[in-house]
Amino acid sequence: MLLRHTPKEVKEREGLTINPAKTCQPIGAMYAALGIHGCLPHSHGSQGCCSYHRSTLTRHYKEPVMAATSSFTEGASVFGGQANLLQSVETIFSVYDPEVIAVHSTCLSETIGDDLQQITKKAGDDGKIPAGKYVIYASTPSFVGSHITGYANMVVGMTEQFAVSTGSKKEQINIIAGWMEPSDMREIRNLAQLMGVKIILFPDTSDVLDAPQTGKHEFYPKGGVTIEELKSTGDSSFSLALGCMSAEPAAVALDKKCKVPFETLDIPIGLSATDRFIMALSKTAGVKVPSVITADRGRLVDVMADMEQYFHGRKVALFGDPDQIIPLTEFLLDLNMKPVHIVSGTPGMRFEKRMQEILERAPYANFRNGMGADMFLLHQWIKNEPVDLLIGNTYGKYIARDEDIPFVRYGFPILDRIGHSYFPSVGYSGGMRLVEKILGALQDRQDRDALEEKFELVM
Amino acid sequence: MEAKLHLPDPSVIKEELINRYPAKVAKKRSKSIVINDPETIPEVQANVRTVPGIITQRGCSYAGCKGVVLGPTRDIVNIVHGPIGCSFYAWLTRRNQTRPESPEAENYITYCFSTDMQEENVVFGGEKKLKVAIQEAYDLFHPKAIAIFSTCPVGLIGDDVHAVSREMKEKLGDCNVFGFSCEGYRGVSQSAGHHIANNGVFKHMVGRKNALVEGKFKLNLLGEYNIGGDAFEIERLFEKCGITLVASFSGNSTVGAIENSHMADLNVILCHRSINYMGDMMETKYGIPWMKVNFVGAESSAKSLRKIAEYFGDEKLKARVEEVIAEEMPKVKAIIDDIRPRTEGKTAMLFVGGSRAHHYQDLFTELGMTTVAAGYEFAHRDDYEGREVLPSIKIDADSKNIEELKVTADPELYNPRKIETELEELKAKGLEINGYQGMMKQMKQRSLVIDDLSHYESEKLIEIYKPDIFCAGIKEKYVVQKMGVPLKQLHSYDYGGPYTGFEGAVNFYRDIDRMVNNPVWKLITAPWEKEEAGSLEASYVTQ
Repeated sequence: MLLRHTPKEVKEREGLTINPAKTCQPIGAMYAALGIHGCLPHSHGSQGCCSYHRSTLTRHYKEPVMAATSSFTEGASVFGGQANLLQSVETIFSVYDPEVIAVHSTCLSETIGDDLQQITKKAGDDGKIPAGKYVIYASTPSFVGSHITGYANMVVGMTEQFAVSTGSKKEQINIIAGWMEPSDMREIRNLAQLMGVKIILFPDTSDVLDAPQTGKHEFYPKGGVTIEELKSTGDSSFSLALGCMSAEPAAVALDKKCKVPFETLDIPIGLSATDRFIMALSKTAGVKVPSVITADRGRLVDVMADMEQYFHGRKVALFGDPDQIIPLTEFLLDLNMKPVHIVSGTPGMRFEKRMQEILERAPYANFRNGMGADMFLLHQWIKNEPVDLLIGNTYGKYIARDEDIPFVRYGFPILDRIGHSYFPSVGYSGGMRLVEKILGALQDRQDRDALEEKFELVM
Repeated sequence: MEAKLHLPDPSVIKEELINRYPAKVAKKRSKSIVINDPETIPEVQANVRTVPGIITQRGCSYAGCKGVVLGPTRDIVNIVHGPIGCSFYAWLTRRNQTRPESPEAENYITYCFSTDMQEENVVFGGEKKLKVAIQEAYDLFHPKAIAIFSTCPVGLIGDDVHAVSREMKEKLGDCNVFGFSCEGYRGVSQSAGHHIANNGVFKHMVGRKNALVEGKFKLNLLGEYNIGGDAFEIERLFEKCGITLVASFSGNSTVGAIENSHMADLNVILCHRSINYMGDMMETKYGIPWMKVNFVGAESSAKSLRKIAEYFGDEKLKARVEEVIAEEMPKVKAIIDDIRPRTEGKTAMLFVGGSRAHHYQDLFTELGMTTVAAGYEFAHRDDYEGREVLPSIKIDADSKNIEELKVTADPELYNPRKIETELEELKAKGLEINGYQGMMKQMKQRSLVIDDLSHYESEKLIEIYKPDIFCAGIKEKYVVQKMGVPLKQLHSYDYGGPYTGFEGAVNFYRDIDRMVNNPVWKLITAPWEKEEAGSLEASYVTQ
């Protein structure tokens, strides 16, 4: 047993987090910044932060993840990091020539009180930012929230620092992507195109973190929302924020700055959330839903109906990030499954409230988020009430192995399988992929455990 | 061999590597880019700050302390005091394999412990939460040892992890609690963390136990972290030769073994950069000499085993080592004879670690490949130029902040294993006793040596040299592969290995053969994008 020291008995812990179901803000900011075309994310802190974030994102995507660091030493930590950031801006523009540098802070620079707004302004005043180039920033202290908070903060930074209202509205809708995979962002664009709706999707990591092999390393791959597009988000007629935790703050900021009204939706994972997304897109843009989308929806419902016996009543434990867990839990309920244990390390009232709404259909569920909600607790819950399926990031494989539970990898990070960056889990086709993965895991287990006389050819 | 390789003029290349930098940066970088001469050994600027904004391979002090040195010991509960990220990123990502004595024996490597510091802990101090965390870890697991690692904010807000550790150690009674001030901003790279870890392990662990160890030839293995099972292969060889491994620092190790490590009669050092401090300190305090060895490469492994036998000076051991080598080598030779025609004459670049970029050159030599450029991420000048340069290394402000322990001979336990004249004799026989010659003596004339290679420089090098393989880490892996050049990860081994000893050498030969000769590299261009495809269009569509 690889987690042999985890006892069944649950005891409240106040100081010790064990096997976290979250990580820190800056990696989220780095991921979001990669969704701007021609952007170099920059970590204002010690080298280790940048190195760890790049490593984790690289392991998850099997793709280049370029980012720079202010390389703090003890001197900078005592005297402030201004000189390091100014030097970074100069070095980066002369060597790596990005369109924009997206700076995020770290626990180190936040603790010493570095003011990114002031330092980036000084960089401009000192002539260190070439004409037509930009430096944006987001404050992302690691001791507040989680990687989801950092993602949200960087997306807020994009809108606040780029969006302008020219006074004339455009026939376009902003779709603010909550934390999702490049494949999901590509699928959102596909769906909007099928609907005939002009959208600006941001951030957009497709064609950045799923770049093709060409024999050439494109330092700035072709994907990402452009700066011009980000500027024009202020003139859009409406914003749809996909995710109350990772996307809504940017929609609020945009409404405040440029008076762009918005609606917050769940990320369209699973049938019901996708239904709401398609309806909202149809309503806000005043377009009809094309028959290809209705047919796709029909195919998903068809599979759910045809295979319902394999889902019904099966108990599921899941862990991960708020904006994915919310619609995923709902989808499990639509599949007639029982989400009995749910954990997320990310704190947040919006998250808790939305989960309460979803879990009205599952009063039996253990749900916990924020402090004390870690994978150690989830494992203990599973020991007390065993499940038929575990859904979560790669770290779940240790629980799955010890407890011998079928395991579907979902969320961040996935370090030991590919697919998440190429095949979407949003939209109806994404729902189909989730159904296939869940069903495959359950049926493989049934096959593995079946007595010889009970081993079925047709299932 | 060299006649076949038409290497570009390194002095021209050096210009190309730095001409895009701002003037001051170019000046600084040029001192870290050196054209090698194995006879005269030019000076390499190393272990200095990375210019902010440069895309560097380097990590931080915490990574070197917790991730590298302390992480692989299975029965310590390692609590990271700080916000959640630092502990999360170091959770199982270094592939330190471990083999507990029994299915019940302690193993915390699969766990990630953190105080998950929140804003109020940063504002009002985190010591209270740390104490609670230590108590909770003790109540849950009753471990032999709990180690505390400070992350950046901890040092800044003035939490005293050492005082907390002392207090909790006393309170708990049967659990050794100790702290490390390894905040990420200390030093200029992981290297500072190695030193801090060495100091802590030496102060708080080594010498706590005095258990008699059976065996005639007793040694410790220093700087071997059992990535991909490297230590298992070395353990296999020691066992076969009749050499007793007292403790490993720190792959596949336990608290008990490290606490008893002063019972050994020799320290052999693999990764010089991360653990040489321990060798020196144990020599001074206990009289145990250390010797540089290398188990990466079949020939190097044979040589290292012979050196160990020579050190102990026992004829039976020497004979047994020869038997083992004679048994292992034919298997290796059969495989290299098959592979070498496919790898011969190819070129490699290695930019990794603080010792690996040196050791792995031996394996490439065995494959008939030439290392045209190499460098370390976080090494010091002695790792490049040899320990002779130690007295001439200037201690700058960043290094001054890392404590140098004042070690003296232990009044009771000091026992020089070899007297001065014996050591001199061994050195005369070519054994590197308390010494290390560094990487450059082994590298070819006119090859390039670059410390703390930047991303920009790596792309330029690849464009100019078009090496057959590039060795680095995960951050570089897919960048280089996008350029159509295979990259071998020498931190994680691309999830393969082991690469030590005789079995490891075979694994490496096979992996490199597979990588440099993989057909995928010829499939990159689509058929319609190839020049000869130009006239294909319109054969069927014109009417």
